[in-house]
Amino acid sequence: MRVKSIITFSIISSFFLFSLISIWKILSTLQGIELKTLNFNFYFLSGIIISFVSIFLSEKLNKLSIVIILSSVFVLIDYFINSSLPIWHYIGTFLILLFFVNKLSKYNKKNFSYNFSTQIIFFDFLTLFGIIFFSFVILFPFYLMLVTSFKTQALLLINPLDFSIDFTQNIKSLFKSYIIVFTEYNFGKYMLNSSIVSIGTVIITLLLGIPAAYAVARLNFFGKHFLSTSILIIYMFPAIVLVIPLYTVFSQLGLRNSVFGLLIIYTATTLPVAIYMLQGYFKSIPKELEEAGIMDGQNWFGIIVKIILPLSLPAIASVALYVFMIAWNEFLFSLMFLDSPSSFTLSRAIQFLNVGAETPRQYLMAGSVVVTLPILFIFVYFEKYLVSGLTSGSVKG
Amino acid sequence: MSNTLSKIEKRTAYALTLPAVLIVFAIVLFPIFSNVWISFKEVQLKDIRIPEPRAKKIVKSVKNEDSKIKIIYKLRNSSLIQDIRDVKFQDKFPNNVQPVDLDERCKFISNKVQCDFGDWSKKYREQLVIFFETKNGEKIEKKLFKLNKPKLKGKADNILLTTDFTLSNFKKVFTNYEFKDLLLTTFYYTFFGTVGAIVFGILSAQMVNQNFRGRSFIRSTLLFPYVAPVVALAFTWELLLDPNSGTLNNLLLNYNIIDKPINLLGQKYVSIFVFGFEFKLRLALTTVIIFEIWRYFPLAFLFILARLQAVPKELYEAADIDGAGPYTKFMNITLPQITAVISILFMIRFIWNFNKFEDIFLLTGGASGTRTLPINVYEQGFSIGDIGMGSAVSMVIVLLLLFFMLIYFKLIGKRANES
Repeated sequence: MRVKSIITFSIISSFFLFSLISIWKILSTLQGIELKTLNFNFYFLSGIIISFVSIFLSEKLNKLSIVIILSSVFVLIDYFINSSLPIWHYIGTFLILLFFVNKLSKYNKKNFSYNFSTQIIFFDFLTLFGIIFFSFVILFPFYLMLVTSFKTQALLLINPLDFSIDFTQNIKSLFKSYIIVFTEYNFGKYMLNSSIVSIGTVIITLLLGIPAAYAVARLNFFGKHFLSTSILIIYMFPAIVLVIPLYTVFSQLGLRNSVFGLLIIYTATTLPVAIYMLQGYFKSIPKELEEAGIMDGQNWFGIIVKIILPLSLPAIASVALYVFMIAWNEFLFSLMFLDSPSSFTLSRAIQFLNVGAETPRQYLMAGSVVVTLPILFIFVYFEKYLVSGLTSGSVKG
Repeated sequence: MSNTLSKIEKRTAYALTLPAVLIVFAIVLFPIFSNVWISFKEVQLKDIRIPEPRAKKIVKSVKNEDSKIKIIYKLRNSSLIQDIRDVKFQDKFPNNVQPVDLDERCKFISNKVQCDFGDWSKKYREQLVIFFETKNGEKIEKKLFKLNKPKLKGKADNILLTTDFTLSNFKKVFTNYEFKDLLLTTFYYTFFGTVGAIVFGILSAQMVNQNFRGRSFIRSTLLFPYVAPVVALAFTWELLLDPNSGTLNNLLLNYNIIDKPINLLGQKYVSIFVFGFEFKLRLALTTVIIFEIWRYFPLAFLFILARLQAVPKELYEAADIDGAGPYTKFMNITLPQITAVISILFMIRFIWNFNKFEDIFLLTGGASGTRTLPINVYEQGFSIGDIGMGSAVSMVIVLLLLFFMLIYFKLIGKRANES
């Protein structure tokens, strides 16, 4: 049991070390450093050695000295193997080793005699690996988007792996892509259009959705059951089956190429989910409060405005943010209904740039950053509300 | 008394729901039904415009005759394929002028020329020339003639409203040799995208459900791909995967892992040798599925994490006392607790992946073996321009969708009964 555990431990931990170092090397390579190999054999072997030494030393030395000694030795060997790399690369490697050996030093000989120690070790490292792997995989495209927008096409053609940003240049040339995107490609106008459409959709959806949700949640009327089930069914119908009839009708009515037409469509497609989410919340509000309102002689308008609304602000915030996100990110309808650049939304404009083949990629990426940043900012800032919106409204996606 | 109260209640309810119901009906339900209508018709994209009579007015002075003016109307039928019936024309002129030798189809009544052109066939063109002179021989003012624009009216069939139906669209859809492939591609994309997203969702939720520093940071980071606009993400991935200048290929080349760049989005098949057997992997489709998983596993993550956090701690403590290891705990406690969420997630994601259009459209445009049913709707309707065919394909989608929804609601009903 013990031998098996120790062997598993060293193999898993050296895989972990290798993946950490590889990610660091990839990031360094993307700063223009010449690293031609990931050197699996070396790092795997040193991982095994480090893990054995750390178990062996764990009873003789205190934790801190093990961590520092092993990391320094490793970085020194690394330095002799691939010398002439910039100093920050080694510092990074050293920090990674500190982290790694620190994790290792939690295990000593005692740990390996527990029941299921192999499994526990396996799950521990899998979790660690998973966290790093998932963060890397998720963030890498966003990182690429951001750094590309600060490069130029010519520099990327010379070395497609050099994404280092030259901070010594003046601000104007650093943010050149953004300036061009806003001046020459007119992104200010598109941003305005996107904002108008998204905020307009949120307002109209709430104005129409709150009364309807209240009726579905509270009042008795013929067809109520039918309405509340059909809301869900309608919601699950995809945009692609609506697009042909809407396109033909909107063409004949002359509603294409208008932000207003888009606003109507977005409102109609988000209303079902808004009603669905709101009525669920309204049902949870105690009925006695409304009965008190009726006693005071309020009509339904008074009840909604004075009793329901103040109590359900969090739910309304989640619905509003969720609807805003859908409208801001929407692509298919804006592709079908907007042909003239003056009415483009951001998503449509970026697609238009991409189709126009010769747009340098840093402008494309700068545009992508411009459309992505606001929604990510809103998400991070209002995470609580948006996450509850995502969960309750996520029958769609 | 209660009768009137409930009547008031009903009336209020209808008033409250009506605006929302109307707009949803107009924009969502009506199109679904009109899809049925259009799918039985032969309509091309170019037929959508209703034909209308048009006239371009050109005003010319006449040489050496100050009191005369020549007006040319370039008349035409805007449609190249449809006739217009009963075309009426009217234009207004200044006081004090009268037409000379007016065309016999026209009349001059109280400063207006009114003409009755009858029927215009498709592609119809004509030049109508009218001379005017002042009644008292004064000099004529050209400017005044340019003030008014001619008004034309005509009756034309709206091709969408005629009642000639045909089954040919559906015949074409089902007999097309690609149809089987289309269904298969859609199924692969939907099934593997869904399963992949759920598997990664379980893994990531299981990780984040433990205590470590930076946990809330990781939790928000994992949701980024789901929240960010698909356009930006798809183009970033295109840059990442590009065979020539893409970062991924260059990295792999740099580390000598591959010796030739791989066109991950543009190559239909790649041969893989396992134990000497050759397998053909749908490369572009796989890449698109990976993008799909990357973008939507956060949703599965969110759901499963919420469920995991609701699992009572006592269960794990009891398992510890019984001497169960991590694997046993996961299989016997965690998994049974999340199967309900997973089955609902599976259905939701399945339905939505089945309908997904934007992701594939932006990444490959449906090329190299990634054409799914929704992409085909777009291609038939707008690239080829056959609206009827596009509608027929989307009818296939609607029917399959209704079938999936039936299963989904059965499942939800079953879950509701259980709890």
